[in-house]
Amino acid sequence: MNRLNQLFTTKKDNLLSIYYTAGYPEINTTLAIAEALEKAGVDFLEIGFPYSDPVADGPTIQHSSQQALDKGMTVNLLFEQLKDLRKRVTIPILLMGYVNPIVQFGVERFCKMAAEVGVDGVIVPDLPMYEYEKMYADFFKDNNLSNIFLVTPQTSEERIRKIDELSNSFIYLLSSSSITGGNLNVSGSIEAYYQRIKAMQLNNPTVIGFGISDNKSFKKACEYASGAIVGSAFVKLLEEENYLEKIPEFIKSIRP
Amino acid sequence: MKYGVNEQGYYGDFGGAYIPEMLYPNVEELRQQYLNIINDAGFKEEFDQLLKDYVGRPSPLYHAKRYSEKYGANIFFKREDLNHTGSHKINNAIGQILLAQRLGKKRIIAETGAGQHGVATATVCALKGIECVVYMGEVDMERQAPNVARMKMLGATVVPAKSGSKTLKDATNEALRDWIANPVDTHYIIGSVVGPYPYPDMVARFQSIISLEAKAQLKEHTGKELPEYVLACVGGGSNAMGMFYHFLDDESVKLVAVEAAGKGVDSGHSAATTFLGREGVLHGSRTILMQTDDGQVVEPYSVSAGLDYPGIGPQHAHLYKINRAQYVSVTDDEALKAGLLCSQMEGIIPAIESAHAFAQLEKMKFKADDNVIVCLSGRGDKDLDTYIKYFNF
Repeated sequence: MNRLNQLFTTKKDNLLSIYYTAGYPEINTTLAIAEALEKAGVDFLEIGFPYSDPVADGPTIQHSSQQALDKGMTVNLLFEQLKDLRKRVTIPILLMGYVNPIVQFGVERFCKMAAEVGVDGVIVPDLPMYEYEKMYADFFKDNNLSNIFLVTPQTSEERIRKIDELSNSFIYLLSSSSITGGNLNVSGSIEAYYQRIKAMQLNNPTVIGFGISDNKSFKKACEYASGAIVGSAFVKLLEEENYLEKIPEFIKSIRP
Repeated sequence: MKYGVNEQGYYGDFGGAYIPEMLYPNVEELRQQYLNIINDAGFKEEFDQLLKDYVGRPSPLYHAKRYSEKYGANIFFKREDLNHTGSHKINNAIGQILLAQRLGKKRIIAETGAGQHGVATATVCALKGIECVVYMGEVDMERQAPNVARMKMLGATVVPAKSGSKTLKDATNEALRDWIANPVDTHYIIGSVVGPYPYPDMVARFQSIISLEAKAQLKEHTGKELPEYVLACVGGGSNAMGMFYHFLDDESVKLVAVEAAGKGVDSGHSAATTFLGREGVLHGSRTILMQTDDGQVVEPYSVSAGLDYPGIGPQHAHLYKINRAQYVSVTDDEALKAGLLCSQMEGIIPAIESAHAFAQLEKMKFKADDNVIVCLSGRGDKDLDTYIKYFNF
């Protein structure tokens, strides 16, 4: 059991998670932002480590990644910044990033370091199930890390079942087949998709992400899933002055 | 085929489909259907017909007499420069547009660097009356303005890629993002033997016509089944893979792939991927790519926009690792001089990409009866500005 598993066992609905890019807007604010988010009541965090070619991301997160890279953000530096993570933050933490930086760091070493600093799970959008199962699943298991898989409206039932089997904390439902930062457009077919997933009675809880930017979209997502993830909308807030002070108000605007 | 792809999409350690879940249905649809479609008799018939009547195939295998004398061997040029639209890129574009039609797709997207693949794609979309959107780095659009105009004239929409370094790799990222947002009605025509499986295999099959013809043509010329050497330039590697394809299993044939060293392999301005790269993941496949210690993709440099790519196709990475092909590199200067030499000795102005392969001839030792095939992948019209500036014509 890691912190994520515990969270999902004790709290079943209205969970709020926030994504932000490590090293943005300032190189050394990774932990300060995490602390502020915990204080504001967020249930768990996704900390992105930047990549030069983030194909699943829209302009907002691309921009934050490029800025972070320009400021010198690396995987090594992220682990350095997270050394005191568990002295300052208690909520579950996920790392999110693309596969190539992890492969270069060494997947086994990455998992070990993540566990050492107190990370609970990893999201790697471009790591396929086949490669994960064949080459890396043991590293995740040995370090008690959850690997989070994505599901889109186009993912087949058979594949969702397989993902459910390989997951051990939650499944990340994409609100639409899109890159990050779009609008949650709950049309008939999307509701049908959420209902279809709900009716499958999966072993793992689901959390909805991509396009969650305000209270309305958060509430809608929570009708169908255990919670929702806000990314681009929060990264935009970080562009403003005194962003740390504005965090509580922002979180209240999503989940009063 | 001994060096072909396995069922999981791998060539030895390289390949696979490292794609986000959003792209899975698109790529899976292709994976399940591409072999059935391209092996279908009706497809083959239409493909062959278009290659013959529209592209102008077979492209000649030209015995270059003055080059043969100079280099002391029988030198042949495979004349892909004579294809409609001026390069080998059209072979793949024709194959993929026919495939897209059979998949019921209504919209085509593509990435382009120098614009050759973009022009080829815009051309086949005009031919079939299908909407075409080409992503091109903002920097490349300035460098290759005539090709941007050609694409527009052919009815395509050219969208500038403004992210990252604003060149080919970013155009590829933007095309992938478009495909994520339009998963049902759109087909992505990748221009090289790169990307997630099945693209590297599919594009190699469409380009394999180059070596299929060359093998038969060499026999007509010389009575011999096999050449001693086959040379081609490599960016992503599609003309090279097409040129190598039907010689891969003939182990006596020495395959030479020529990368762009730019201003020199150690100059910090180079695109010599096998010299400067390490194993990793780029644009959906495990391959060799130029990257920092932290795994960030490095922006390559070459005077030739078509070779200016930070990776190579996964099959090339495999052929490199197991030593089935030799990977060498040639600088901007060497390539431009080779382009001039080819112009003045054979009356053919080659694309600067292809000139890299010619430059390698200078560094090789041949026996008098060696048969050597060089892939002349494209013509140099698009590069006149660069040649003019370099030689001060």
